[in-house]
Amino acid sequence: MKRLQKAIFLCIRTVSLLFAVSAISFALISASPVDPVQQYILGLGTAVSPEQRAQIEAFWGVEKPLLERYFSWLGQLLCGNLGESLLYRRPVAQIIGERFRNSLALMGCAWALAGIVGFLLGCVMGMYRDKGPDKLLKKVCYVLSSTPAFWLGLLLLLVFSVWLGWLPVGFSAPVGALKEEVTVWQKVRHLVLPAATLSLTSFANIALHTRQKLIDVLESDYVLFARARGEGEWTILRRHGLRNILLPAVTLQFSSFSELFGGSVLAETVFSYPGLGSAVSEAGLNADVPLFLGITLFSALFVCAGNLAADLLYGVIDPQMGEGEKTG
Amino acid sequence: MKRKNQRTKLLVLAAGLAGVLILIYALGLLIPEKAVEGSFLEAGRPPCLSHPFGTDALGRDLLARTLKGLSVSITVGIVASGVSAGIALLVGIASAMGSRQVDAAVNWIIDLVMGIPHTVLILLISFALGRGMTGLLAGIAATHWCSLARLVRGEVLQQRSRPYIMVSRRLGKSGGWILLHHLFPHLGPQFLAGLVLLFPHAILHEASVSFLGYGLPPEQPAIGIILSESMRYLSAGMWWPAVLPGAALLGVVLLMDRLGEQLRRVLDPVTAQE
Repeated sequence: MKRLQKAIFLCIRTVSLLFAVSAISFALISASPVDPVQQYILGLGTAVSPEQRAQIEAFWGVEKPLLERYFSWLGQLLCGNLGESLLYRRPVAQIIGERFRNSLALMGCAWALAGIVGFLLGCVMGMYRDKGPDKLLKKVCYVLSSTPAFWLGLLLLLVFSVWLGWLPVGFSAPVGALKEEVTVWQKVRHLVLPAATLSLTSFANIALHTRQKLIDVLESDYVLFARARGEGEWTILRRHGLRNILLPAVTLQFSSFSELFGGSVLAETVFSYPGLGSAVSEAGLNADVPLFLGITLFSALFVCAGNLAADLLYGVIDPQMGEGEKTG
Repeated sequence: MKRKNQRTKLLVLAAGLAGVLILIYALGLLIPEKAVEGSFLEAGRPPCLSHPFGTDALGRDLLARTLKGLSVSITVGIVASGVSAGIALLVGIASAMGSRQVDAAVNWIIDLVMGIPHTVLILLISFALGRGMTGLLAGIAATHWCSLARLVRGEVLQQRSRPYIMVSRRLGKSGGWILLHHLFPHLGPQFLAGLVLLFPHAILHEASVSFLGYGLPPEQPAIGIILSESMRYLSAGMWWPAVLPGAALLGVVLLMDRLGEQLRRVLDPVTAQE
């Protein structure tokens, strides 16, 4: 029962957070000096008379008070209408759907790669604590976590696309190719560099975390006993280490969705990859308010889903949490 | 010669790191505007003796631009992380000393700020304030206080139940007196180290947001802007505007990070002598 209660509490909290995100982002956008009506008229590309402008303003309800505008927007939002993008002249929901598919491929690859590589390196670092490999890998981790993601992207672009010419420069498909003709292989080739950028900047966190956890485990009494029984170091890692450190690592990886999304904004911009990240930056630069708001909300939803998954995973899988339920 | 103890060594190292950073900052400020004016005769030169970082497509000396950009970055880093750390201190103490409702509210707000990806939130705030320096500073300051606030809260909560504070309370000291005389001295070192460790994050975000075109105006020398310009000439084989300024930024971030670590170790009595 307690577990169910906790799950319900978490859901309520998430929903309340999402509402607050919508309110805050709406308020921030409204406070902006950028005039959306002016942007809309610029986008039309034709001259607009002052009367027509007044009509547009009346239609959009620009003069109405902030709260009224917010609630009418929220009402539409709850019905699934995110408005129409000023930049692309298409429904925002459609654009987000399309772009998210691209971003999901990118973030999914980077996330899985960073998780696996980070975890393995963390194990190696923990096993060779304070010896050569550990010191070297630790330095690498510190440097990589201080590296600006977009600069790393530029370096990779320079080396692999410009100098070596192995991989394409940008976008998610060859320029000029029809959508139907793009093969999976071409898509993968366009995905390699952005995914590498994103995972290289994010694996250090999980590696250092795993290292610390493994060191804690190796210093415990039960590992001392296992050693006394004559178990080898790698057997100890397999029998006692992995079981204890895998779960925190997975949880941490789920709660890193925020950095993942932030990194994807930069990686996608460098490689002109048509995902959500590059869309949000373009939307802001071109004052495309509906798209900007839509993606902000979507990114918050994405992060919340990750945090929720991490919280639930912790409760469901961790046997210690389960025991706490019985006694408490 | 008497052997220096570990604490002195750490202090010397920290002072050295701080000195290098101040030098970079001062150089950036002292370089005259004339040095970053371009001449088309010298456009697109690769690194050589008179231009160690080469020149960009408009013939501006990249080393001068990079140094100026770095000093802007350091200014942004100091202001934003100072404001952010101030917020963190206030919020953390309020959360730990206040009522249960205050604590719940603070936790909810922290979850809220952490709930939007930082980069997106900075873009949003920068958009709301009409881009430029103010928006950038506000955005970075508003997003970086969360983890430090949690640290301060945890620390205050832990200290509050310690015997010496209980005794102090029994002796009739007020909450404010305890805060000033017991908690602040205890929090001070951790807070300072936390503040310095915010710098690297703030600088990285400044560069990223400028790179995306939200932060400083394009005529200002900022690392993000230099790198964003360099993308246009990358396929023409101009590698130096992309590689060298970025490497300089990475260097400054690493220096800041090391400085923070050293400070943390010096100020913490447990590790100061290690």
